[in-house]
Amino acid sequence: MTQTTEAPPAGSPHRSRPVPVKAASTFAQALNAALADAMEADPTVLMFGEDVGVLGGVFRITDGLTARFGEERCFDTPLAEAGIVGMAVGMAMNGMRPVVEMQFDAFAYPAFEQVVSHVAKMRNRTRGAVHLPIVIRIPYAGGIGGVEHHCDSSEAYYAHTPGLTVLAPATVRDAYFLLREAIASPDPVVFLEPKKLYWSREDVDLAELRRTFEDGQAPRRIGRAVVARAGTDATLISYGPSVPTALAAAAAAAEEGRSIEVIDLRSIVPFDDETVCESVRRTGRAVVVAEAPGFASVASEIVARVQERCFHSLAAPVLRVTGFDIPYPSPKLEHFYLPSVDRILDAVDDLQWED
Amino acid sequence: MSTATNGRGSMEASAGGTQQSMDSALLPSAKPVQLVDPEGCHTHDDRYPLPDGELLLSAYGHLVAGRRINDQANALVRQGRLAVYPSSHGQEACQVAAAVVLAGEDWLFPTYRDTVAVITRGIDPLQVFSLLRGDWHGGYDPHEHRVAPQATPLATQLLHAVGVGHAAKLRGESTVVLAMCGDGATSEGDFHEAMNFAAVFHVPVVFLIQNNEFAISVPLDHQTVAPSLAHKAIGYGMPGERVDGNDLAALLAVLGAAVDRARDGGGPSLIEAHTYRMHAHTNADDATRYRSADDVERWVPRDPILRMRTYLRGLTLLTDEGEHALSDAADSIAATIRGGLNTEAEVDPAQLFEYVYAEKTSQLREQAEQLREELARDAEAESAGAGDQAEGELR
Repeated sequence: MTQTTEAPPAGSPHRSRPVPVKAASTFAQALNAALADAMEADPTVLMFGEDVGVLGGVFRITDGLTARFGEERCFDTPLAEAGIVGMAVGMAMNGMRPVVEMQFDAFAYPAFEQVVSHVAKMRNRTRGAVHLPIVIRIPYAGGIGGVEHHCDSSEAYYAHTPGLTVLAPATVRDAYFLLREAIASPDPVVFLEPKKLYWSREDVDLAELRRTFEDGQAPRRIGRAVVARAGTDATLISYGPSVPTALAAAAAAAEEGRSIEVIDLRSIVPFDDETVCESVRRTGRAVVVAEAPGFASVASEIVARVQERCFHSLAAPVLRVTGFDIPYPSPKLEHFYLPSVDRILDAVDDLQWED
Repeated sequence: MSTATNGRGSMEASAGGTQQSMDSALLPSAKPVQLVDPEGCHTHDDRYPLPDGELLLSAYGHLVAGRRINDQANALVRQGRLAVYPSSHGQEACQVAAAVVLAGEDWLFPTYRDTVAVITRGIDPLQVFSLLRGDWHGGYDPHEHRVAPQATPLATQLLHAVGVGHAAKLRGESTVVLAMCGDGATSEGDFHEAMNFAAVFHVPVVFLIQNNEFAISVPLDHQTVAPSLAHKAIGYGMPGERVDGNDLAALLAVLGAAVDRARDGGGPSLIEAHTYRMHAHTNADDATRYRSADDVERWVPRDPILRMRTYLRGLTLLTDEGEHALSDAADSIAATIRGGLNTEAEVDPAQLFEYVYAEKTSQLREQAEQLREELARDAEAESAGAGDQAEGELR
């Protein structure tokens, strides 16, 4: 552990390393600050997983937490995902608020039984007597040139399981607020962190975000989608890693004279029908953009919901731009797979325009 | 590596002398620990003193009640009052000991077969049977008596037990967790992860395997070729012990010692109780397909109740009068169960949506409303139909 001479002694209640204040903060820094601030605010919040301690996580999201809060609050576990999640269940049953890291999307599968059979169901099994305030952080999705098992989009597995809240932030600000909301939630949250956005920057002051959250001034984000870009001609519905691509497509479409609205879901479960349908009813056209294979996906669910609820407002079938129905491709082929600006623009062009 | 959360004793190893002696200290005894043999006679074991008579007598009362609960539950399945019952007939000593050795602050993690342990721990039997009756997945508040929901997936609950114990340890509480599983569960990955986590984090957990020889139809030699299930403990660096699972006295002594050691900071341990599932896996199982009547008959003389009764009567701790009293008490529990389950429980369909999230999502609110409307329509149609019928009868 490194410590400067200015730092107060270990164990001092005032010992808190100030969050670095920069003009631009990264997504990763926002998550790190959210974890640190939540641990500072509530002594029952614990962080554990593989490599989250001394190393600070393979993506450094837990950087400095062990040094600041001690090994009882942020610790490494044996390499066993079912063990990590299963132990979190027991700790949550006994008064703690565990946050666990799964390191990579596909590494979470050994824990799937724990997630589906216990994490999601404990409140229901016990008629509300036991609830599990657990956050399962999963660095997820592709676009980083990762080799196999490092780029899966696994949201549909979790979204299909009642009892789980499933979040996928796309902005630095949402990364901070959604993670703090997730940790404060009485229900278990699968928190999907788009890996390719870890190094994206935004002009936010993290200390300011902390004050806003802790003063209760931040608007609730779980279950609330947001209009990321306003428009009138069509709606792109997206979440997590695909939001920046959808925004880029909307910007390109604007140059061609089309006004495209972009919805960032932020929260996959609960799903914000209201914001999505309000937009689609207004624009009359919609494309859902997501990285995961399209078959039986979250994108499919959104299409179904929009057609059911907005049928009479639609000028064209709701389309999807998703990954192909194949295992996530190797790095040299992933650009063929990922939803691209061009593919989104092609879909927008297919929305049966009269012009 | 620094070990703030890992209090495991490399010091113990060096203080204990050679590696060889440390390893042997973790190994189970060559034969399962036995303190009262099938003939009801005390057999000496240097390490485990016989529990005192009062404890044995009170635990024996639970044993008698446990057998009656198993019999009653089987009868209720035949009457269609319970959906299913995985009987612990023949394993009641394990059930009783697991509950009796725990203090109020401790936690018990049972499986689907451990109904008798849950009732012995003090939970209202009718609440316990809510699961098997089909009213709800779980029928009791786990916090009230510190008993986790009865787990159906195998070995998954062992990790929860480790988590509860680890949380208690971090807060400086002296809680001990006793987690139960069967021999089949030892083949699961979660069993391994739970043992390893418990050992690495030095958690106060006692793992009790009820080795009843079968995982539904698959015999023990298809689960493992280890010398015993208790031998697995050494691989995790925790002590393992084998105990006669039909000997109430030995179970109380061995489990009690493991609980005491865990409470004193000695960490986890693994106890394998050798017992036998006298009935089929559940009422839906045909045990004659995979074992002979002779196999089952061989276990009859080792019955846990028979031998403890003989032992206690021999010491005159148990008299005719005492036996009558215990039998009456067991009858009374059985009568409560019978009476409660013969009354049709009210199940409110609106509850389907109540316990999914702390706050219903808009989708769940819509679905709850949809079901409410359907039920209202049905009720209306039914009352209209009843009106027509009444009219018809009048004509």
